[in-house]
Amino acid sequence: MDSARSSPDPRYLTGNDPVLIKLLIAGPFAVGKTTLIRAISEIAPLHTEEVMTQAGAFVDNLAEAEHKTTTTVAIDFGRLTLPNNLVLYLFGTPGQRRFRLLWEDIAQGALGALVMVDTRRLDESFEVMDLIEEAGLRYAVAVNAFPQAPTYDLDTLRDHLDLRPDTPLVLCDARSRDQSLDALIALVEHVIAHTHLEPA
Amino acid sequence: MTGGRHSRRLVPAYLATGGRAHPSRNHLDRLTTLHAACEEIPVGLGPEQRGVLELIQPGALPLVDAAAYLRLPVSIVKVLVADLVSAGLLHARPPIPQATGPDIETMEKVLDGLRALKS
Ligand SMILES: Nc1nc2c(ncn2[C@@H]2O[C@H](COP(=O)(O)OP(=O)(O)OP(=O)(O)O)[C@@H](O)[C@H]2O)c(=O)[nH]1
Ligand SMILES: [Mg+2]
Repeated sequence: MDSARSSPDPRYLTGNDPVLIKLLIAGPFAVGKTTLIRAISEIAPLHTEEVMTQAGAFVDNLAEAEHKTTTTVAIDFGRLTLPNNLVLYLFGTPGQRRFRLLWEDIAQGALGALVMVDTRRLDESFEVMDLIEEAGLRYAVAVNAFPQAPTYDLDTLRDHLDLRPDTPLVLCDARSRDQSLDALIALVEHVIAHTHLEPA
Repeated sequence: MTGGRHSRRLVPAYLATGGRAHPSRNHLDRLTTLHAACEEIPVGLGPEQRGVLELIQPGALPLVDAAAYLRLPVSIVKVLVADLVSAGLLHARPPIPQATGPDIETMEKVLDGLRALKS
């Protein structure tokens, strides 16, 4: 672990006990999760270093973290304050099944997930979509349009990704705040529509 | 970690015992908000425990932000926080939408807030 001295100055919560809302920005390696979080977050994205055993269990004492064979996974996140005393937390979550416990911990209580895909490697997003469905979360899919990536029409993509007809599928340049906000809006609209349809 | 009697203890004694039950840490979420519950930080705490209290003395932070600033894994901060709450040194407020997720009114407010941010 790095020196604690290089941490940025803490950004404390403002307002009167704000309600904190969790959203997942999920997807395979280098698909643009951190880029999207940075485009939207009001603070420079922060990250935690989660230490897991080879079996994917949490390490919860420092001795074990330092001495056993462990894997470290960086989870980055950003924050966005909204009116009505709400604060949105965006967590960039890698999609590997072997970190399932970590995944469930982050997904706990989340409003939903935005799955990011790269058209050069669509299949790499399948694992994370499976994990999200297993966690019972609603999701929308954002195609991060990289310059060299092939373009397909949305129907073809929907077919390849085997999406349900009502799952939102949007194109999104993760560097654009507006486009990233649109992707989140599509996600929240979708979650609301289904909560109306299927009351808990 | 061997060394002289006065060498710096890297692992706080309560952690070195290992495997102690921490009933409250299972109720801690990464978005549990931490508030100070003491005006002065008592002496005799481990460096990591003290670090948590020092960090949140000026204001409230979600547990995950504290973990990021302290450069400690969330799973370890949960243990530290559970102990500090038991000792009455820290308040931990769970996020309102817990396991079930936010209710429909809250989601509508999130949607309105996101739409208002669009330029
Ligand atoms: N052209 C273009 N480049 C992008 C876009 N989104 C991300 N990138 C670049 O792609 C690279 C990977 O993006 P990241 O945001 O780091 O991806 P990530 O999903 O956080 O990656 P990991 O955390 O390593 O899994 C970076 O060099 C970004 O600058 C995009 O929409 N268009
Ligand atoms: Mg990243």
